[in-house]
Amino acid sequence: MADIVFEGVQRKFVQGGKEFLAVGGVDLTVADREFVAIVGPSGCGKTTCMRMVAGLETPTSGRVLVGGKQVTQPGPERAVVFQQFALFPWKTVRGNVEFGLRTLGLPADQRRERVAQSLALMALTGYEDAYPHQLSGGMQQRVAIARAYVLQPDVLLMDEPFGALDAQTRVVMQEELVRLARTNPKTVLFITHAVEEAVYLADRVVVMSRRPGLIREIVDVKSTRIAERWDDHARIEDVMDLNSFVHMRSHIWRLLREQHLGDDQ
Amino acid sequence: MNFSDRNLGRREVAGFAAVGVIAFLAIWYAAVWSGVTPRKFLPTPLEVLSELYRLSVEPFVGYTLLEHLVSSFKRFFYGFSLAVTIATPLGLLMAISKPVRVVVSPIFESIRFVAPIAWVPFAALWFGTGIGGPLLVIFMGAFPPMLINSFRGALYVDRKYLEAAQMLGAGPVRQMTEVLLPAAAPSIVAGLRISAGLGWQSLVGAELIVASSGVGYMMVKGQAGIQTATVMSGMIAIGLVGLIIDFSLRQLERRMGRYKETY
Repeated sequence: MADIVFEGVQRKFVQGGKEFLAVGGVDLTVADREFVAIVGPSGCGKTTCMRMVAGLETPTSGRVLVGGKQVTQPGPERAVVFQQFALFPWKTVRGNVEFGLRTLGLPADQRRERVAQSLALMALTGYEDAYPHQLSGGMQQRVAIARAYVLQPDVLLMDEPFGALDAQTRVVMQEELVRLARTNPKTVLFITHAVEEAVYLADRVVVMSRRPGLIREIVDVKSTRIAERWDDHARIEDVMDLNSFVHMRSHIWRLLREQHLGDDQ
Repeated sequence: MNFSDRNLGRREVAGFAAVGVIAFLAIWYAAVWSGVTPRKFLPTPLEVLSELYRLSVEPFVGYTLLEHLVSSFKRFFYGFSLAVTIATPLGLLMAISKPVRVVVSPIFESIRFVAPIAWVPFAALWFGTGIGGPLLVIFMGAFPPMLINSFRGALYVDRKYLEAAQMLGAGPVRQMTEVLLPAAAPSIVAGLRISAGLGWQSLVGAELIVASSGVGYMMVKGQAGIQTATVMSGMIAIGLVGLIIDFSLRQLERRMGRYKETY
């Protein structure tokens, strides 16, 4: 069991001597092997929420539990795919993907096997000895995902992982992630500001409001996806044409738009 | 002739450099031949050159010039290596651990303003003319720039690399060796060069007082015998070796420049 539980989580930051509330009290449970996307305007604290699960930030009050245990520090059972990839530029693709397995103390033959597996999964076979700067943005992001997947983590945390990619690459990566998530489901917390992406990928979409970050609504996508048989369509544009998809997307858009209006008044 | 700051061709550079050297030698000869400076205190360039040759083949105060240089270089190498071995990891550690930073900083900040030469009397009291004295002085010269460069280099490493390493389960040692060290390598290599320069400079100062061999020792003995040419030969030898050390580390630095362009 690797569920994620937010219990009254607040996070304050100090900026320019002034304290402000980035996350204003979040209660949320992500079930084991559920794919949850958090959407919200920039500065709504969605990345902070993910970083608290990763153990890269600590809540000012409340707590975050993963698999029933309180998160206190980063660890390989909660793998992160960062927005800016954060691949080690001085290591090869193999070196990057193998890094976590070495810290886990796996013997060389097992490491080799798992690295090969996870590179094959991300269609990176043959690029083992390339350095990140020799790869395109899309390939770099695949390496970052392989680096996280190879750890066989309980929880996968993704912070706008496709934000830095061009539109075509992005679509391909989204389709690959859906394939991965349906065949080999993990508990995923996916941060994005792209509504379509969230609806396409997630079982549930959490809509957050602007500062202080609070949950405004949680939209169930999975039941609609199953009822309307979205997964029968291999291509993202076919799914996005479905009425049920359009309705859901528009609903979430409206939730986000209302916040902007609220800000202006 | 054009004195503006434009790009010069190779031949022009060589020409200007030659003008400088010739002017320097001309002033030197003029000073000697005009009798402005007593011959005893300023021999001609040619006399210095022949003394340099004599010192290379005939032992002076026990050793030939090359043997003096080797013994100086050994001291330099030990002291410099010791400084690098301690300062580099300590700088990296300071960058990831605030407690370490808070413990080290005040001591370091006060000690680094004591010039390496100012350690000489203390070193003499402790070690006499053994290897320890010069070693301590070189260490004091080479340590601060190395620590500062290692620390600064590691401090400005993008936090995302450290966070990635942490989420991949890396502890402090692995974060230092596999993230900070390679990421800060350009700064560390720049530190090596500054540190080697200062170490080599402090060495001669140390040898003037606390050694029984080495170029510095040779120069003090030359001074005692009012052999100006010997003293000047020592200075030339020091300069040349310093130049060689700097040149080799500069090659390493250039390689780092290329390495840095890859990210």
